[in-house]
Amino acid sequence: MTNSIPEIENNDVIFVIGSNTTETHPIIGLRMKKAVRKGAKIIVADPRKINLVRFSTVWMQHRPGTDVALLNGMMHVVLQEQLVDKGFVKEWTEGFDTFRKSLADYSPEKVEKITGVPKKDIVSAALLYGKAKRPAIYYTMGITQHAHGTQNVFAIANLALMTGNLGRESTGVNPLRGQNNVQGATDMGCIPNQYPGYQRVDLPSIRAKFETAWDAKLSDKPGLTATEMMNAAMEDKVKALYIMGENPVMSDPDTHHTVKALKNLDFLVVQDIFMTETAQLADVVLPSACFAEKDGTFTNTERRVQRVKKALNPPGKAREDSAIILELSRRMGYDMKYNLIEEVLREIGGLWPAVAGITYGRIEKWGLQWPCPTLDHPGTPYLFKGGFPRGKASFTPVSYEPSKELPDKEYPFILTTGRQLFQYHTGSMTRKVKELNIVAPEAYVEINPADAERLKIADGDTVRVTSRRGSIDLKALVSERPSEGLVFIPFHYREAAANILTNPQLDPVCKIPELKVCAVKIETGHGGQ
Amino acid sequence: MIDLSINGLPVSVPEGTTILDAARFADIPIPTLCHHPKLTPYGGCRLCIVDVKGINRPVTSCTTPVAAGMEVTTTSPTIEKLRKTILELILSDHPNDCMVCEKAGDCTLQELAYFYGIRENRLDGERRVYAKKDDNPFIERNMEKCILCGKCVRICDEVQGVGAIDIAYRGFNAKVCPPFEKNLDCEFCGQCVSVCPTGALTGKAWGQRGRQKDIKEIETICPYCGCGCSITLHVRRNEVIRVSSREDTLNEGWLCPKGRFGYSFINNAARLKTPLIREEGQLKEATWDEALDFIADRLGKVKAKYGADSIAGLSSARCTNEENYLFQKFMRAAVGTNNVDHCARL
Repeated sequence: MTNSIPEIENNDVIFVIGSNTTETHPIIGLRMKKAVRKGAKIIVADPRKINLVRFSTVWMQHRPGTDVALLNGMMHVVLQEQLVDKGFVKEWTEGFDTFRKSLADYSPEKVEKITGVPKKDIVSAALLYGKAKRPAIYYTMGITQHAHGTQNVFAIANLALMTGNLGRESTGVNPLRGQNNVQGATDMGCIPNQYPGYQRVDLPSIRAKFETAWDAKLSDKPGLTATEMMNAAMEDKVKALYIMGENPVMSDPDTHHTVKALKNLDFLVVQDIFMTETAQLADVVLPSACFAEKDGTFTNTERRVQRVKKALNPPGKAREDSAIILELSRRMGYDMKYNLIEEVLREIGGLWPAVAGITYGRIEKWGLQWPCPTLDHPGTPYLFKGGFPRGKASFTPVSYEPSKELPDKEYPFILTTGRQLFQYHTGSMTRKVKELNIVAPEAYVEINPADAERLKIADGDTVRVTSRRGSIDLKALVSERPSEGLVFIPFHYREAAANILTNPQLDPVCKIPELKVCAVKIETGHGGQ
Repeated sequence: MIDLSINGLPVSVPEGTTILDAARFADIPIPTLCHHPKLTPYGGCRLCIVDVKGINRPVTSCTTPVAAGMEVTTTSPTIEKLRKTILELILSDHPNDCMVCEKAGDCTLQELAYFYGIRENRLDGERRVYAKKDDNPFIERNMEKCILCGKCVRICDEVQGVGAIDIAYRGFNAKVCPPFEKNLDCEFCGQCVSVCPTGALTGKAWGQRGRQKDIKEIETICPYCGCGCSITLHVRRNEVIRVSSREDTLNEGWLCPKGRFGYSFINNAARLKTPLIREEGQLKEATWDEALDFIADRLGKVKAKYGADSIAGLSSARCTNEENYLFQKFMRAAVGTNNVDHCARL
């Protein structure tokens, strides 16, 4: 997030695209509702009638995968209505002219045809956002999990840049991170092309810095992303995989492919708190401590480094992940020595100045938001105040490209997947909580009443959903939430794992899979085997 | 700013401040049951009555804005007598079961009865008798303990935006319930439970697991989505028996159903408790030494035969920053590859 969570309540316009905020980030959802009570207007762009629509002024129910067209259409209107922040564009951006021309093709009339959103809604959304004083954009995986996810994000950035809506309090662009420490894991360099603090592995000076600090020879070759690792395992290029606290069998697209890839490995280690679907395939399974059983820090979606405290001892012989890694590293001939876990944070601060000012003592009660370079720095609630780190921000013209797998005669529905309020991710935690599973006991496919009637499906019927990659049987939930032609399946349930169906096509830049759009067919009469 | 005096003490507060907030700002206590700083003033419980010079009857401080030159008295024998009578009236229709009540020790009503020394009730009379109707797994609703402060109704509407409950009927029959007195069917965020001043609303999972004694409270961060809500783990005998959240936190004390009620996985019997090594197709228990030596040996052999880039590691968005840092350092410095990633894209 370029802004922080408390700033949400002072937005005057909240533009939510590709985020079912009240279910995926319930407490951020509360801040949005608070903003509405204080007079803010909400624009929702979502193919499903999510809860937030109830609080919105404009709801654009666009077809999944048409975000670029929708955003370009809004920007077309912003341009026409002369709502461009010329001062900001001149002072802080580059490439505006080329970008401006790229919007010519996206008249609201044309965009209506691509997205299915009535022209008048595109115009009113653009006017609302374009005229607002403190607007912010919020998005989640509905924007990113596409083969053109990077393009979607560029389009969002363009909209914020052309209206000058970045770098001020309660004004910015806010991807909401889906997991407690996904921000932190990325910050810490658990990405194949960057060391901690987004420092590139292929720049010799940076590599030299880390080689000195770690007293080791480091590779200059950027590594593989998670999704590429599975392909490399299939091709015998990756022989051994060490997984700490992840469950790719459930979370990766095309489950059959993932399982095949994992089985093709020579050696698989899984370190987790439960015997997950992935751990069942492992050669070695290591029991680890959960969040309540260790000390450390998490970094939330607004870059706030927060203190995690040990409340319990782990069960049986389970150990903290840090202790396991340190011991294994020692046995592999690379001894990392720390007396206290806080020394690790200190080491990180030495290599990445943005967190150098954060100590456990300072975040005992309230977390601090990076950048926080010195011990007396108060942290940074919002980014880009008074400019961008790279100087000027670039406009990146983007053009609409359809999703890779669109409905056809054989597979006439679009499937989109996501999270529900009462379950979490691959379910390894929430599926173990009895109470949650009473209210959210099983997988379902949300289907529009018109489609259900046509296929003679009643609410609660067991149906078979099939894509080019596999089939699952699950209950039908006849609901007005999805539009006609669209179905939705939550991906938490191993009994009917949505990712058996999803498309492993990757975005060419960031390698994110197209989990939000694939083509499926729906059949009845399989009796729920 | 408005200048006024409270108990003879000069106080200066912004226009629009209520007498209650002005008094609390000046650290002068006024008892309340229906007031919550994040909710609209209600004026229901009448405990916050104060005397204002020039007005010939007590006023509710939670709904009366300050005025210039106002002279407020928050306590006097008459005021305290009135407050005690109000409490006696509430208690006259309250089950006397603090002994087994989940809320004991953390109950505003119990605490007030304690301060006002109410043991015998001189206002004995008819009592409400309600059949329990709460076929939901999260929230225990004991409406006989409800004092109709309306906090749950307001929070559900004003903060959660759901409006699952309201006060139905009138007078003695008034009660908080879902429409048509059906079972509670809502988002189960438990915000209502968090603000209930009595034992009317409690968490089902907390039942008879421990109240205040021998409970450690540890402040930490929720393990689910990226909001980063502060949670308090209530721990008894190495087990989390309850989760709550303080008001002075990033999340203002609000939680979602997973954050508030989704903690029992921690002590689930299916937790992995020992290292396992696959032998002849079966995962078999092993010691840490066996498991770690085996991994070091196998990874070493793969590296020797196919090179470091034939090894890859997936770290976790569920682990701490320190663990993630150590994991990538291990992959890069000990194994020698940049093949390290996590589920940011999934």
